[in-house]
Amino acid sequence: MSTRLATGGRLIDRTKSVSFSFNGKRHEGRAGDTLASALLANNQMMVGRSFKYHRPRGIVASGVEEPNALFNMGEGAGFEPNQRATTTELFDGLTCKSQNHWPNLEFDIGAVNKYLGRFLPAGFYYKMFMYPRAFWKHVYEPFIRQSAGLGKAPRDRDQDKYEHFYAFSDVLVIGGGVAGLQAAKAAAESGAKVMVLEQTADWGGRACVDGGTVDGAPVDKFVQKTLSELQENPNVTLRSRMMGAGVYDHGYALGYERLTDHQPDAPGPRHRLWRIRAKQIVTATGAIERPLSFAGNDVPGVMLASAIRDYAVNFGVSVGDRTAIVTNNDDAYRTAITLKNMGLDVPVILDARATGGGALADEARALGIRIENGKAIAKVKGTRRVEGISICTQAGEGAVLEDIKCDVVAMSGGWSPVVHLWSHCGGKLLWDDTHAMFRPDVHKAPTGAAGEGFVIPAGTANGVFELGEVLSDADAAGKAAATAAGHSASKQTAPSGTTTKEAPLAPIWLMPQGAGPKLRMKSWLDYQNDVKVSDVQLAAREGYASVEHAKRYTTLGMATDQGKISNINGLAILSDALNQPIPQTGTTTFRPPYTPISLASIAGEARGELFQPLRKTVIHDWHEENGAFFEPVGAWRRPYCYQQDGETVDAAVTREINGTRNSVALLDASTLGKIIAKGPDAGKFLDMMYTNMMSNLKPGKCRYGLMCGENGFLQDDGVVARLDDDTFLCHTTTGGAENIHGHMEDWLQCEWWNWKVYTANVTEQYAQIAVVGPNARKVLEKLTTDDISAEALPFMGFGDITLDGVSARVYRISFSGELSYEIAVPASYGRALWDRLLEAGAEFDITTYGTEGLHVMRAEKGFIMIGDETDGTVIPQDLMMHWAISKKKEDFLGKRAQSRSHMTDPNRWKLVGLETLDGSVLPNGAYAVADGENANGQRNVQGRVTSTYYSPTLERGIAMGLVLHGPDRMGEVIDFPKVDGGVIQAKIVDQVFFDKDGEKQNV
Amino acid sequence: MSEPVAPLNGAKYEGFVTVQAMGLQGMITLRGDLSSTKVGKAVKAATGQPVPAQRKAAVDGDTGVAWMSPDELLLFVPYAEIDARLDALHKALTGEHFLAVNVSDARAMFHLEGNGAREVIAKLCPVDMSPDAFGPSDFRRSRMAQIPAAFWMPTDVSVQIVCFRSVAEYAFNLLKDAAEPGGQVGYLA
Repeated sequence: MSTRLATGGRLIDRTKSVSFSFNGKRHEGRAGDTLASALLANNQMMVGRSFKYHRPRGIVASGVEEPNALFNMGEGAGFEPNQRATTTELFDGLTCKSQNHWPNLEFDIGAVNKYLGRFLPAGFYYKMFMYPRAFWKHVYEPFIRQSAGLGKAPRDRDQDKYEHFYAFSDVLVIGGGVAGLQAAKAAAESGAKVMVLEQTADWGGRACVDGGTVDGAPVDKFVQKTLSELQENPNVTLRSRMMGAGVYDHGYALGYERLTDHQPDAPGPRHRLWRIRAKQIVTATGAIERPLSFAGNDVPGVMLASAIRDYAVNFGVSVGDRTAIVTNNDDAYRTAITLKNMGLDVPVILDARATGGGALADEARALGIRIENGKAIAKVKGTRRVEGISICTQAGEGAVLEDIKCDVVAMSGGWSPVVHLWSHCGGKLLWDDTHAMFRPDVHKAPTGAAGEGFVIPAGTANGVFELGEVLSDADAAGKAAATAAGHSASKQTAPSGTTTKEAPLAPIWLMPQGAGPKLRMKSWLDYQNDVKVSDVQLAAREGYASVEHAKRYTTLGMATDQGKISNINGLAILSDALNQPIPQTGTTTFRPPYTPISLASIAGEARGELFQPLRKTVIHDWHEENGAFFEPVGAWRRPYCYQQDGETVDAAVTREINGTRNSVALLDASTLGKIIAKGPDAGKFLDMMYTNMMSNLKPGKCRYGLMCGENGFLQDDGVVARLDDDTFLCHTTTGGAENIHGHMEDWLQCEWWNWKVYTANVTEQYAQIAVVGPNARKVLEKLTTDDISAEALPFMGFGDITLDGVSARVYRISFSGELSYEIAVPASYGRALWDRLLEAGAEFDITTYGTEGLHVMRAEKGFIMIGDETDGTVIPQDLMMHWAISKKKEDFLGKRAQSRSHMTDPNRWKLVGLETLDGSVLPNGAYAVADGENANGQRNVQGRVTSTYYSPTLERGIAMGLVLHGPDRMGEVIDFPKVDGGVIQAKIVDQVFFDKDGEKQNV
Repeated sequence: MSEPVAPLNGAKYEGFVTVQAMGLQGMITLRGDLSSTKVGKAVKAATGQPVPAQRKAAVDGDTGVAWMSPDELLLFVPYAEIDARLDALHKALTGEHFLAVNVSDARAMFHLEGNGAREVIAKLCPVDMSPDAFGPSDFRRSRMAQIPAAFWMPTDVSVQIVCFRSVAEYAFNLLKDAAEPGGQVGYLA
């Protein structure tokens, strides 16, 4: 059984007890424990069931590479699935549940899957999709849904807070082990501004467990000394509990800081995502131990040798009483020596190398540990816990030589440098035959803007393992980074480190070498996704030669751990099956993040009321207080209508339109874009921007204009006012203001850079209020002594007046067909003016109207609306707006395009009015059908509805639409089928339904 | 008629720094040839300051000038004097190709006060806010979360932020959120 030892545990505080619950049962841990070490201290070795076969699974590792110990963590609004126990710091009150078991961890119905194992081979899903079809829906899917999947999806809204932070550094060091600390020290001593990230809560990394000496003192003393030196250096920032998550172009890196995961009651954000711009990045990310592939290597109790050492040294936890060691290298002997020295039993070390180990082996032998060279595990006994092993020769096929009782198996297949961050942005790898691993090819680093490398690997992450070499490599990396960041390397020399010399490892990818199908089917590569040696071999037999394809076909390395411990073993098996060397097979692509980061940290502050900025006019509060039913227009919220008590939206729109047409109403038009264009060439510039002539507009006058893009399509419209000889004010649509301003600047800066025109977007400077209706003038006259008569301020004129003591600009423009004044005042006066107009209009039963009233009234007048009559494929000629397209001008944006054959095709659909025979309202977007069918067997069409409304003024449905040869077919009736069956018949008519001569607006 | 109203009406939040919505500030967008002597003189007359260098500002209380782009400045003048200063600018620049417009009412302005002011900005804007990279004479047009914003530091522990008026509420809520107690980063302060 696993238990807490009486002594040891450099990271825990034995005096502080911490209680937590696992699957509803209370347990005690110690301050400084991880959830994994606390579970092991409580003899909880089995932590979940495997993904496909529901086999019992135990803790395998001690760090980020852990594939099995994933939990549903927390409850309610703090719930989060797939949390790794090995990287979860224990806190008082922690609750967690195991995942992927049904009905419970100890007894799982899904475990029968193991008997169906031969029916669930590699590519199972792909194969089952193929045939027979009905089987998928009725047999496989229900079965898979019940048995597959990892954690539960959260149900509640996340209770925590998250944020981003932008930081800049000369040198970013990722990893706070001895290499990271030495690299940071060297860089800082060279004068660089340095930031160091360590993903765990503790500094020093593996070295503190593995031992060795630096400048004659134990390595942990070196860690403490270096750490305190760095802490005192104002040029150095040290952040623990912060993982380097990704490396991107131009020295951009993501740091994932976990602030309150270990203290959930603390104030402040839970996670902070750092967006770091560094001149140079040093990856001191260490290495990850590989498992060995032998039958039963997934039975709980089979663990990485280094993890067993970690639990003993860091947490004072013994994983079991009798630990058998199986290895292909010297490092695993350290586990044997550590355990033996703690008084635990190590019945045997199976060293797969025929020649055995070096100095560490001698040390183990001297401790009285039995060592068997050239031997391997034939199989592991036990299902829910290791009970023993059968030994065989590595060179054979698995004939059992001897059974040995043990409750833990410590395995080591060698070490793989963590090359992920090096690789994220394109760093290349080399295959190192000596250590049987991929390591960074330092001559092919990720490159920055000038082609220079910006990532430097250091220490174990660079494939250097001996402590002395690690320190000198890291020292060189730190100095090189500082130099590349523009500083000069310090003259300090690297400290000298020493550890026991190791004999070379033997590349062992399958144990025993000649393992038959039965053993291979029980030899796991990927624990999290249940991929075995036999699956990868099957994929190779079925033709999956590319490692990327084999990955997806077998799901090897596709789980939340992204194959941290399984990838190299998997591709070695694949290479062997393909009969090619490992570097020829290559690796799959390393993509950020290094380990999963919370989605909420990516969203940062952008949630709830900060999800998206909403633009509000200065009159917005009044709208809210008066029943506004809002609609989004760009990022603005505009009132669609104002609902009075118990009123429907339709009724409100009708009331607003009748109020406007019969007396007077206000519209908040502040959102309309307002762009100033000024300069000697402003007229010439606007002649290019608009299809019609603007340069001959008289100061004090307004003109409606159309704007097209280079391709001739209509993109915006609005009224242009000439303020003086040099200055024009261009009104744009609400949604178009920013785009049109950008469009103007684009042409001015990139094409007509020598034209003397400046623009400014003054949209928000003004509150703009439309006073509309036959009584509009009477209302305004109450607030001004200036002459606003039809003679002084005629239709399409504008003037500056004083309105209730505030200077205002008044435009006689109308989008409703009524007498209308659009009044612009500085935004700071907007709300007051709105209130005064309502007071002044009270005697005329003044009302307010929203965007729907605006739309209906413009449609009654046959005015087009950008976004309704246009959709990016419509040219002004389609809308019968030839009157607004200058024939005199030599050029304007879109002119050339509009003369191309498809644009002048007489068969382009043209704008007409549509009047339903029964007075009903046509559905929006409805198509008019024509005889016959097209090549796809679809009904031919001859037109479509672009705008359709109920007109309260005419008391019937009105619509506009684009119809084939429409203007030539006045009076003809066409059919519009409805989605729910039936047909609406509509007559083609002129699109101006109301006051065609404009008598109402021109008064 | 009533007095002009500033966005958010002086709203204030006390977090690990103080966030204050400011009153109305006169602002003029001036576009022109920044190297022209005439422009230099007109700017000096309007603000008491010379034309600032790239990404720099010189603001004293409610008067000053900030660099916005190679051909654009933002002039700060007292709100009540905006019309007079704009007229003077137009007179001084007669004959020059330029654009000067009042944008006072199109803006909202916020003041951050406290040791963590740099960190509040660094949570929202992709700008190096370390003291060696950004100080009281610097000015930056940038992005604050999802909106455009510009800012400078009146002192080493305060920041003044300008953004569009329509998003004043969003901006205030952002700053509040970033300044919430417990959110100190311990990196710049």
